[in-house]
Amino acid sequence: MSNSNLTRRGVIKTGAVAGAGLTLPTYLNAAGHSGFTNAPTGSTVTLGFNVPQTGPYADEGADELRAFKLAVEHLNGGGDGGMLNTFSSKALEGNGILGKKVEYVTGDTQTKPDAARASARSMIEKDGAVMISGGSSSGVAVAVQALCQEAGIIFMAGLTHSNDTTGKDKKANGFRHFFNSYMTGAALAPVLGANFGNDRKAYHLTADYNWGYTTEEAVRTSTEAMGWETVAAVKTPLAQTDFSSYVAPVLNSGADVLVLNHYGGNMVNSLTSAVQFGLRAAQANGKNFEIVVPLYSRLMAKGAGKNVAGIFGSTGWHWSLTDEGSKAFVKSFGTKYGFPPSQAAHTCYVQTLLYADAVARGGSFNPCSVAEALEGFEFDGMGNGKTLYRAEDHQCIKDVLVVKGKENPENEFDLLEIVEVTPASQVTYDPSIFGGELGSCNPGA
Amino acid sequence: MDQFILQILNGLDKGSAYALIALGLTLIFGTLGVVNFAHGALFMMGAFCAVTLSRLLTLSHTIVDETRTDFLGNPLKVEVPYLYDIFGESLGASIIDWAVPLSILFAIPIMIGIGVIMERGLIKHFYNRPHADQILVTFGLAIVVQEIIKYYFGANQIPTPAPEAFIGSFDFGAVVGIEANKIIYPYWRIIYFLFAMLVIAGVFAFLQFTTFGMVVRAGMADRETVGLLGINIDRRFTIMFGVAAAVAGLAGVMYTPINPPNYHMGMDFLVISFVVVVVGGMGSLPGAVLAGFLLGILESFASLQAVIEAVPGINQIIIYLVAILILLTRPRGLMGRKGVMED
Repeated sequence: MSNSNLTRRGVIKTGAVAGAGLTLPTYLNAAGHSGFTNAPTGSTVTLGFNVPQTGPYADEGADELRAFKLAVEHLNGGGDGGMLNTFSSKALEGNGILGKKVEYVTGDTQTKPDAARASARSMIEKDGAVMISGGSSSGVAVAVQALCQEAGIIFMAGLTHSNDTTGKDKKANGFRHFFNSYMTGAALAPVLGANFGNDRKAYHLTADYNWGYTTEEAVRTSTEAMGWETVAAVKTPLAQTDFSSYVAPVLNSGADVLVLNHYGGNMVNSLTSAVQFGLRAAQANGKNFEIVVPLYSRLMAKGAGKNVAGIFGSTGWHWSLTDEGSKAFVKSFGTKYGFPPSQAAHTCYVQTLLYADAVARGGSFNPCSVAEALEGFEFDGMGNGKTLYRAEDHQCIKDVLVVKGKENPENEFDLLEIVEVTPASQVTYDPSIFGGELGSCNPGA
Repeated sequence: MDQFILQILNGLDKGSAYALIALGLTLIFGTLGVVNFAHGALFMMGAFCAVTLSRLLTLSHTIVDETRTDFLGNPLKVEVPYLYDIFGESLGASIIDWAVPLSILFAIPIMIGIGVIMERGLIKHFYNRPHADQILVTFGLAIVVQEIIKYYFGANQIPTPAPEAFIGSFDFGAVVGIEANKIIYPYWRIIYFLFAMLVIAGVFAFLQFTTFGMVVRAGMADRETVGLLGINIDRRFTIMFGVAAAVAGLAGVMYTPINPPNYHMGMDFLVISFVVVVVGGMGSLPGAVLAGFLLGILESFASLQAVIEAVPGINQIIIYLVAILILLTRPRGLMGRKGVMED
């Protein structure tokens, strides 16, 4: 006979202690590797590239996608390495991210915030994307950034220029490499003053949506500060195609400069109308009449054709830059695709490398670790000189290019010439001026 | 005064495009009773006829210029149009420069062909179906067409300039003896207006003064009776569909220097063209022309800064506001006939 001391309470206590003891290592392990949304568990990690594949910005989206694919190739050790060779951080080794092979899924934003959110959600929930990047519109960027914040995913914005993305709508999980409206105003105004003088009267035509407002405000503030007067600022419907009735009154308004706060098709059409109505050749107030396009892109310049000749604007990056990073990127991209990359492609490529580098330096895909690694991160060799990912608003502070439409382009890509590289110090601003709260990082699940 | 005249001119050239598209639209409705939501796509295809001819004329062979380099530092490949080889550089360049006007000749047979194929291949199967079915199938067709165009030509706008001789603007005020340097107007927009008037006059003359046109008008009034007289009215209506497609296509061809075309330009005009047709009176050709110019002029005046400041947002709703007012006071539109689209 055996004499047992087992009691019901004893069994429960012992079981509870043993269970807790056995569970503890698993729990600690989970905290390290899977305590966040879509923690990669296998040998691969999935990134989500959300770009406009249909709609008016489909060509820009296609260029973004080319850049993303190139970045993935370089991260996985393929190709010539591109900007990995010139990037000041050396955390990436060409073996994926933290040894995991990089794979990607794509979504179509259609340049519509609701469609962009739906495609981002699908990539997060169905495909397990651990980071979302891309886009060609501030409306889309703000919407997807908010979604990523809720889902516990890092959002590396693509082409978004509104102050709001890293201003009143900024989020702890969102990061923007591209420059913004404020920086356009700060870079452009001195060049406009130097070329056109400080006694000018400006007429603004502004696209009637968020980006248009912030761009008009930035350019007005900067130009009025140096002595320009704003004669009128007229909002134009976003769906407008023929701008003749908005352009026709400009010449008799007392203005001698027309500022077109338009992007994409709006810009192509309004600039075409302005040139057709003879504004480029006109005289007003005893001066040559001038036209300014605050935000240029090469694809827009291509659409407007010869009408861009001599017209000033700003851009985030241009393939003709001669720094080592730009040259490396243009060589990789040009060799692979046969033509030089756009600024949208540049920012998307750089964002992908910056994300991967932040993961590598932080040692984790956890969004909070990535955010911590990106905040206050200073880097170089990516085409815009020394750059700071500012901790306060997750905005990259970097050089801005002031460009001018080329008078005699030599080929279909040779549309813009760089007038000035405005140093980062000249476009820096107090991050609190645009309001908003970053909140705290959300790791998700 | 100068602003008033400027906006009248603006309204006339805006109205020219509206009138031409609406004319074809109402022609199809008046003859075949079909509500054609693919009509904007026909306008867009016309514009892409100009783009296509421009590309055909600039078909090139490549020569390598060792003295210059491309963006990768390789010897530059220079495209030389075959036309330069055939006609010499000067004449070749002139032919390329006149691509848009030449596209008129290129577009007419193509657009008539597209119209006939569209009518015979698809739309005739929907004659006896409800208008909702017709709208759905033609709208679907429009989307398919624009996606095909986007696939081949991309989403970006494609610059298709007017001939060098017509680029720029002239002093309309000085010409009519008002005041110099106050009313500057682009040459090409005046040409567009004159061209539109010519096409409209041509369509009206065709319907009014030819036997074919007389039969078509008779068919529009009473299709069955004309058929009972042994006239193949269906064949004539098919041809009219082709003519309507050509009118929309020509409107598109000549519009390309005004705004660089892209695949979506037809949709931009579609809704407003329907408003024009409804305001003018369903099936009424003069009504469509009148409403096109009227709404174009009103839209131009509503875009003036003083008007926008007085009534914010009026520039975005003026056309629809006027349409509501006209339909409330004249339910059949400005020149609508009793019995058209009425049970």
